[in-house]
Amino acid sequence: MLSQEKTLNGERPAPVALRGAARGGRAAASGSKAWMGWLAGAVVLALLVALPWVAPYFYIFIATEVLILGLLAASFNLVFGYTGMLSFGHAAFFGIGSYAVAMLLQAYQWPLLACLLVAVIVAMLLALTIGFFCVRLNEVYFAMLTLAFGMMVFSIAHQWRSVTNGSDGIAGFMVGSFGLGLDLQLGNPSVYYHVVLVIVLLAAALLYLICRSSFGLILRAIRQNPERVAFCGVNVRVYRLASFTVAGAFAGLAGGLMAPFLRIASPELLHWSMSAEPVLMTILGGSGYFLGPFVGAAMFVLLETWITSMTQAWMLVLGIILAFMVMFFRRGLLGTLLDWIRERK
Amino acid sequence: MTAATQDIILQVTGLGKRFGGVDAVANVDLDVYRHETLAIIGPNGAGKTTFYNLLSGRMHPSSGRIVYEGRDITGMPPHEISRLGISRSFQINNIFEEMTVRENVEVAVTALRGEGRRWHNVASRNRDVQADAGALLERLSLSDLADQRAGVISYGDKRLVEIAVVLATRPKLVLLDEPTAGMTPDETQRVMQLVKSLGQSGDYTFLITEHDMNVVFGLADRILVMHRGQKLVLGTPEEVRAHPEVRRAYLGTADEEMAP
Repeated sequence: MLSQEKTLNGERPAPVALRGAARGGRAAASGSKAWMGWLAGAVVLALLVALPWVAPYFYIFIATEVLILGLLAASFNLVFGYTGMLSFGHAAFFGIGSYAVAMLLQAYQWPLLACLLVAVIVAMLLALTIGFFCVRLNEVYFAMLTLAFGMMVFSIAHQWRSVTNGSDGIAGFMVGSFGLGLDLQLGNPSVYYHVVLVIVLLAAALLYLICRSSFGLILRAIRQNPERVAFCGVNVRVYRLASFTVAGAFAGLAGGLMAPFLRIASPELLHWSMSAEPVLMTILGGSGYFLGPFVGAAMFVLLETWITSMTQAWMLVLGIILAFMVMFFRRGLLGTLLDWIRERK
Repeated sequence: MTAATQDIILQVTGLGKRFGGVDAVANVDLDVYRHETLAIIGPNGAGKTTFYNLLSGRMHPSSGRIVYEGRDITGMPPHEISRLGISRSFQINNIFEEMTVRENVEVAVTALRGEGRRWHNVASRNRDVQADAGALLERLSLSDLADQRAGVISYGDKRLVEIAVVLATRPKLVLLDEPTAGMTPDETQRVMQLVKSLGQSGDYTFLITEHDMNVVFGLADRILVMHRGQKLVLGTPEEVRAHPEVRRAYLGTADEEMAP
């Protein structure tokens, strides 16, 4: 996955017409690179699966959080890295997904899968509504309007005590069955980690498919030059709205996974500072690569964990790292790493 | 070639655009005949690009009407105008620089075929789109550059990619805005030959703005001379060449340039 995505973004080597692809050198950059990409992917996957048995107990929680926030950041990157819209309101969809799952578990004890489905639909509808107004605007105005809507959603969650329980949030719910007749002990962190791993992998695969599709091609074109795309006969606004809505749905799924993990859905999940997290993660990891936001989420959570164990000034250190990345490694950690590997050859 | 027997593809009446107190385009009437190549010339600031912006929907006219194939398109958004078959190039290269040359064309083909709605395919293996894009790249002799990133190819090649993107939308009416600007003489020749052969294929109607008089007189069936937003003269190259006002207002000392 890594190396294929790289060919979409980076400079392409001379065409290689050997692999029976539709076009010479198109899907396959070069045999050895694709091979190394798959190998790296397989190793990472194996490590993720084996993590509860090989890593300290504490890291099960870290890894669960990384996966969930990685999905959130990847969904954000569909809007930002692929469609070119900087949204500062992405936490709204994450948060509403959390609340949906928390409320359903508290009131009806539905199976987790059913709750997640509702979370996705609710987040998608919210994104469709907010996006309808936002995609009309460009650049900074778009960013400001998403921020404004994000604050409104936060206020509702924070103030509408009779429904959302205000600043206390929805807590005290039991995580029951999974669904599909599977007998999983979701209360066990290790089991829940594996559930999250599978769902995030499936969601990421779907998101990746969308990014590589003809729809994704048009989105990438819109990011680079929306006007030119409009003059090719594309209603840019509709595509932006579609991108925003799909991203909202995936963010809702991430949020839905977060509530059982935290055992609470609270207004902080909708706060505008939460909206900044996927932005930061995407910049840390690299917006030009599909897996960049996941790498960024891992960096973010691990740095937060390590640095807060040493000093209280976590935000200061994060700020320094971020400034450094933006000034010198604009392609993010993953982008810089892959560039380095390519240049070495 | 008498006007009465000609099929009119685009009819512009009383078209005007005011910016503040200035008329960038003022009261322009123009009938464009199907399959002709009509050059629009005039000094910088004559309103040529604004005229294009009005025709392609980038700007709303302050007054007047634009009728394309019997349909009023005044004030339509660009994507709808493009879908009806009017496609334009830009004076400044306006392509997808981070994509390959092939992908640039594929974006336009994907848009044309309405395949942008497909979210579960793999764009780089979309055979229909690739076949169309490949044929067009072949026709413009861009096949060798197909896998290069559009941002790193030469300026002249970028101009050609721009034209390829325009043609990929299968337009009936093509608006080219200074297609040879900044090109080497060889590249200019290449574009001229291309427009000429496309014009002769009978599939296209061209509007073309250009500063290079060799290109203008080499390609145009008719020439529209604009001056300060207004139509100064409209006629055959011979008529325009002989027109005293044109000589005074625009061509002036350019007699030697005008030799075809």
